[in-house]
Amino acid sequence: MVLDSGDTAFILVSTAMVMLMIPGVGLFYGGLVRKKDVVSMIGLSFLALALVSVQWVLVGYSLSFGTDVAGFIGGLDFLGLRGVGMDAGEGTIPGLLFMAFQLVFAGITLAIITSAVAERVRIGSFIVFGLLWTTLVYDPLAHWAWGGGWAGQLGALDFAGGTVVHISSGFGALALALVIGKRIGFGDHDMEPHNIPMTMLGAALLWFGWFGFNAGSALAADGLAANAFVVTNTSAAAGALAWLFASWVKGKPSALGMVSGGIAGLVAITPAAGFVDAISALAIGAVAGLLCYKALLFRVGKGLDESLDAWAVHGVGGLWGAIATGIFAVEAVGGYSGLLQGNVDQFIAQVIGAGAAVVYAFVVTYALAKIVDATMGLRVTEDEEYVGLDISQHGEKAYA
Amino acid sequence: MMKVEAIIRPERLDQVKKALEEKGFVGMTVGEVTGRGEQKGIKLQFRGRTMDVDLLPKVRIELIVKDEVVDDLIETIATAARTGKPGDGRIFVIPVARSVRVRTGEVVV
Repeated sequence: MVLDSGDTAFILVSTAMVMLMIPGVGLFYGGLVRKKDVVSMIGLSFLALALVSVQWVLVGYSLSFGTDVAGFIGGLDFLGLRGVGMDAGEGTIPGLLFMAFQLVFAGITLAIITSAVAERVRIGSFIVFGLLWTTLVYDPLAHWAWGGGWAGQLGALDFAGGTVVHISSGFGALALALVIGKRIGFGDHDMEPHNIPMTMLGAALLWFGWFGFNAGSALAADGLAANAFVVTNTSAAAGALAWLFASWVKGKPSALGMVSGGIAGLVAITPAAGFVDAISALAIGAVAGLLCYKALLFRVGKGLDESLDAWAVHGVGGLWGAIATGIFAVEAVGGYSGLLQGNVDQFIAQVIGAGAAVVYAFVVTYALAKIVDATMGLRVTEDEEYVGLDISQHGEKAYA
Repeated sequence: MMKVEAIIRPERLDQVKKALEEKGFVGMTVGEVTGRGEQKGIKLQFRGRTMDVDLLPKVRIELIVKDEVVDDLIETIATAARTGKPGDGRIFVIPVARSVRVRTGEVVV
């Protein structure tokens, strides 16, 4: 096809916006941990960006989008970005730009999963785990949904990555938390967020960047991108209000809960953004806010230290979003119809696609975590954890 | 009248407050401090090198109480704050000359 400058300009900007979401995740998480670990927490997100940026251009892009092998993984046609050029390729944007846009999606997925290892992971072990995870979990899932793999062939829809990004990192975080174990003192004493404004700043960067994430996934500067933009904001708002009111009913309206609800709404609309309308987005976001809040309370009640709730928000939110796509999709928006329009097949495809991702992400992450833990040890020593990772891993202090 | 000043681990503060409340010790001043004892902080080891973490965060709790209850107060704080590991802290007793309530101006005995 022919290069379109409007599309190209828009996707260039969208790529940059999604890149900013990666340190945004870092700041979101950074405010939630204790002061002694904030540098390491934000550092893990930057590290995820750097690691994936290198892995992606070497092999990740090819494994995700190379010629299909058995519906499971891509081939090595694009190893080292061979054949990925400045000309348009299959769409209206340069092949290199499509690769870059996909790169930042892979990067943010690894950043999200750091939730499970907050305040206790050895940085060397995270580097090894991270490279293995993005290659063996993210790349296959991206291939299944978008690269010509079995899920896309089945007809499962994932507009911007509800399954590929959020189910994978959310249920991966659950597995990782089970392997690394809880922080010392978890359950005995409170571990409160040390900087809620920092978390809110992170949430702001995420909400902003998500317009690039979802609208950009239209891969064109057109009406579909506008639809994605609108439903993204609507779902975020509904999620924010739902969690705010739910926490109000339980006690006081939580500002932290409100921004978490916004994220939940953003996660849930991600697979649906190019298929549903704004009114449906209200429902999708509101349910996400309530469901993810409930999931968080459930997680806490079980005494599980999946510390920063990537499972409750991204995992559960992503799963709801994938299913909601099968319910609320309307033909007028993206050309596909869901349960509300009487189409059961789409709903079934969504359940199968999402279910397979849940199982694959959980099982493979668990195995990888076990292997890295057995060979290198995932955790720092007790003393290192006590004084905090900023000092013990980085030799740095957050606040002079 | 004595000031009982306790330096404890920050993560034990909630336990200590609860224990004090149960005994009727309600009034207190709490502050965040850093410090070290005879071990000179914590030594971290990696690859043969040691790194000294010199000053560690602690919490200082201060209560002004009548002489008769000082022993009970010390016992309550120490039991709630103790983990058995180096770094548990210290408790000091300092005589207080006078205590005045700001709101009313009265001298509290």
